[in-house]
Amino acid sequence: MRLTAKLTMLMAVLAVSACTNANRFDNDAVDLNAATGSAGGILPGSASDPRSPAYFQQTVGDRVLFAVDQSTLSPEARATLDGQVQWLLTNSDYNAVIEGHADEQGTRAYNLALGARRANSVMEYLVAQGIPTNRLRFVSYGKERPIEICSEESCYAKNRRAVTIISAGLTG
Amino acid sequence: MKQIIASLLAVFLTAVSAPSVALAQSGPLRIEITEGVIEPLPYAVPDFVAESAGGQQLAQQIARVVAEDLTGTGLFREVPREAHISQITSFGSPVQFADWKAINAQALITGAVSSEGGRVVVKFRVWDVFAGTELGQGMQFAGTADGWRRMAHKVADQVYSRITGESGYFDSRVVFVSESGPKDQRAKRLAVMDYDGANVQYLTGGNALVLAPRFSEDGQRVLYTSYETGMPRVHVLEVGTVQSRILQGQDGVMSFAPRFAPNGQTVVYSLTQGSNTDIWAMDIASGGSRQLTSAPSIETAPSYSPDGSQIVFESDRSGTQQLYVMSASGGEARRISFGQGRYSTPVWSPRGDMIAFTKQNAGRFHIGVMRTDGSEERLLTASFLDEGPTWAPNGRVIMFARETQGAQGSSSLYTVDISGRNLKRVRTPEGASDPSWGPLQ
Repeated sequence: MRLTAKLTMLMAVLAVSACTNANRFDNDAVDLNAATGSAGGILPGSASDPRSPAYFQQTVGDRVLFAVDQSTLSPEARATLDGQVQWLLTNSDYNAVIEGHADEQGTRAYNLALGARRANSVMEYLVAQGIPTNRLRFVSYGKERPIEICSEESCYAKNRRAVTIISAGLTG
Repeated sequence: MKQIIASLLAVFLTAVSAPSVALAQSGPLRIEITEGVIEPLPYAVPDFVAESAGGQQLAQQIARVVAEDLTGTGLFREVPREAHISQITSFGSPVQFADWKAINAQALITGAVSSEGGRVVVKFRVWDVFAGTELGQGMQFAGTADGWRRMAHKVADQVYSRITGESGYFDSRVVFVSESGPKDQRAKRLAVMDYDGANVQYLTGGNALVLAPRFSEDGQRVLYTSYETGMPRVHVLEVGTVQSRILQGQDGVMSFAPRFAPNGQTVVYSLTQGSNTDIWAMDIASGGSRQLTSAPSIETAPSYSPDGSQIVFESDRSGTQQLYVMSASGGEARRISFGQGRYSTPVWSPRGDMIAFTKQNAGRFHIGVMRTDGSEERLLTASFLDEGPTWAPNGRVIMFARETQGAQGSSSLYTVDISGRNLKRVRTPEGASDPSWGPLQ
């Protein structure tokens, strides 16, 4: 059972890297209809299971955005992360990998380091709010994995991000 | 922009006051490569003579590659074959200098190709047409038939070196990242090619994201960053066997931006701990590592001086990316870039006298060069996104990657002279980025 969950999550992570659709979990193997309204804050009748990574991704909000060349968390980012903290505290079976990203306006190595700064900002915030360090790790993709591909600020703004990817607990 | 105009002006004035191409019809055949060279030297390279049956095509192809190499430098101009009066039908026959003078070919390259049992021999001579003498001595190269391009490059390197007095760069290879797919699903593979884009071979399969390969000084090994483990980690690959392994280090810690020391034993690279990225050095054999920088800022893109005593790198400790030089053992660093904008990806020239870099200013990217103390900054290019310069083995030419703007944007490799002239795209089968130019073979 445990193994099955893990495999499912791997597929979900792959789906994240392969598509940019906000509803990308809809077609995934995660069962979105398993439960409704079992935890606080969602609309009655919602299709999402609040304990599912899909719920985390779509409803809690899996990403925060950053200003140009910055890694400080905006008030909006903190609000999103507070939601992530609540979800992670409730769903302690899950771990998370925080992926840091940069827009294309920068050189490759620097953007890798900048993405790490952003991911680390998120990780430090989550830890400060009580998530154990051993449930979290981060990785930077620099400018290698844009989700928006235009060369304008409207796209850059969405690419300067840190995304919290929920994974099955590997550390136990 | 101001910088570019200033450097163009300097080129023009130098050229007027001291024409550097040996256009005189007496005196030795010679190109002094300076910023002032603006008039390429006319030369002729008739098809090489096929000295064995069926060698015609190869003889012709070799002469064409020699011509592409020489003309491609911007220092030479080929007199078209249609204009030739004399034909070279025998490698040993005397050259009819008057016929080559008449079409104003100052240099003439004659050659012959013979093959026997898969082994090919290429011989050539270089002639100073107006002096009526041979320049240097005839030479020959032997190899297998499938190595014919290398032999052509070796001939061209000899011609280049005899006429300019500097070593060539044609018989060299470039390791780079071959790119395919749209921007949001880009696949990247390590590949190696001849300097002119021929003979591409892939070194990795494309499943794992790979970045920024760097040749060792002897061209036998390549350092690169791979996401094979899920984290960016420095790997080392043997070119001969295409075997790679991860450099020692801590699991789950990001390491990237590696580069070999000139001795081939030490690797410098960046390592990220928390929000902080610093530069470390590792002895490849023992795996022992040492931290070279300790500022709480981003320190990355280290590159050794050719004597191995110093390292140039980029840091945003001042608030934006700037270039710094420190001892190879770490310690105090001095800032060398002070112009407007951000400076990154510094690379020490093989001659030791210059540093090439990427500069980002006012929404544009430039490749530039400066003296190692930061003086005499000169921007060579300008575009939406130029980055990652690498030096030709003779320090005269820089290759870099240029990414085009927009949703359909893709990356290609370009070369440019350190004078800023002769910007050319390198033909590659797919998109290409992160070039690293290997040694003259």
